[in-house]
Amino acid sequence: MSSHFFGNSVKLENVYISSTGTTCGPLEFAGPLGSYFDKGYDDYHCGEKSFEKAERKMLRDSLDICLKREKLKSKDIDLFIGGDLMNQNTTVHYLARELPQPFVGIYGACSSFCLSMAIGSLMIEGGFVDQVVAMVSSHNATAERQYRYPVEYGVQKKATTTFTATGAISTLLTNKPSSVKVEALTLGKVVDYAQDDPNDMGRAMAPAAYDTIVTHFQDLKRSFKDYDLVVTGDLSTYGHKILKEMMQRNKMDVVRYNDCGCLLYDINQQEVFQGGSGCACSGLVTMGYLYPLLKEKKYKRVLVVATGALLSPMMSAQKDTIPCVAHAISLEVVE
Amino acid sequence: MDRKEYDQLAEELKPNGHRVKNGLNAFLYGGVMGAIAQGVLEFFMSIYHCNEKEATPMMIITLVLVACLLTGLGIYDNIAKHAGAGTFIPITGFANSMSSSALDCKSEGLILGIGSNMFKLGGTVITYGIVSSALLGVIRYVFTLFW
Repeated sequence: MSSHFFGNSVKLENVYISSTGTTCGPLEFAGPLGSYFDKGYDDYHCGEKSFEKAERKMLRDSLDICLKREKLKSKDIDLFIGGDLMNQNTTVHYLARELPQPFVGIYGACSSFCLSMAIGSLMIEGGFVDQVVAMVSSHNATAERQYRYPVEYGVQKKATTTFTATGAISTLLTNKPSSVKVEALTLGKVVDYAQDDPNDMGRAMAPAAYDTIVTHFQDLKRSFKDYDLVVTGDLSTYGHKILKEMMQRNKMDVVRYNDCGCLLYDINQQEVFQGGSGCACSGLVTMGYLYPLLKEKKYKRVLVVATGALLSPMMSAQKDTIPCVAHAISLEVVE
Repeated sequence: MDRKEYDQLAEELKPNGHRVKNGLNAFLYGGVMGAIAQGVLEFFMSIYHCNEKEATPMMIITLVLVACLLTGLGIYDNIAKHAGAGTFIPITGFANSMSSSALDCKSEGLILGIGSNMFKLGGTVITYGIVSSALLGVIRYVFTLFW
């Protein structure tokens, strides 16, 4: 095996991204990155009877687009890995019924994007499989329904709230060389800084992102300067500010750092409060926007740190604090 | 960075909520709603030639109907995000909580969906409404024994 372990991080040599499919909801499509996504829907129902079915349709479409690009069929894939925000991983599991190959459901809340990519990459690097599809989805209405209030409920949201992105992302990972590779990854540990406000995810997740970024840099002896861009998943404006300040207080030179939640929407024009969140937030920005830029060699190396608040509404009601996690993957252009 | 230090940092950077603006908005929207309700009340009193006591339920039902319609049309939450407590506290807030829950759970059918979830948010108002009215009844009864 050619991989190298460094603490919690792994350097990879044989994992490439060969195709991707991104689908998104109306607000994401109208946002600043809208033109980068493969398909956008006009409404949250996507022609289906329920929001849950709509989310599944978005994921199915993203998978079809991803496979079609490489002229592949589902049976050509060795393994599917997927996660979403619903209880029982509803979206991916109900979609997996249609898949003829093994499926692994994962849950990392909004960090699921990087978690699925990381597990897929490790499977390929280990030589166990040749082609893996990692897929994630989130839908604003299904998430609101499960974690917050009914969609049409008239309530004034707190200024610290984030907006769950609607979208689905499928990514084909393979051991056949292509123009972009997954070069390294760091699996994060669960961090809890005793935050208990479910309407303030940025503040809860920033310490987890901090922990993973610092670990990644220490493990691989790197800094911000080794990357053309470092993005966190969905800390959004407030969490982004906290994390930046935390790192600067630790005497880290923070350059070229942004957050997917701030990139996906026009924070000043669109009503998304502090910015985007959800699995689709980091997924859409990374695979829809950053991946093409890597392919065009506008960026050489990008670090994506998807953050996840592993909260359960039940435990929040019991006044328990929110455990958070962040997983990082580094994408690099193949010279 | 320990947790205490972190909380300090996070508080420093916390985005400002619009408390004054929200308070003012709630006052204005709530006031307008009250004025509309009064208008409706007087309208019923004049066309049905009834007194205020008889016309009040008609006015309440009208407001509830309008709130439910606006919820179904997807307009209510857009008003409520500006109005805040101005639409949340009056009876319209209760109507919205029930109709939005019913709409949300429509996909799970009449029994397991709408029937069992309609009071998901509003149920707490009913529960504590009944409990507090029973308590107040007891207090009032005790007072009447002595005065």
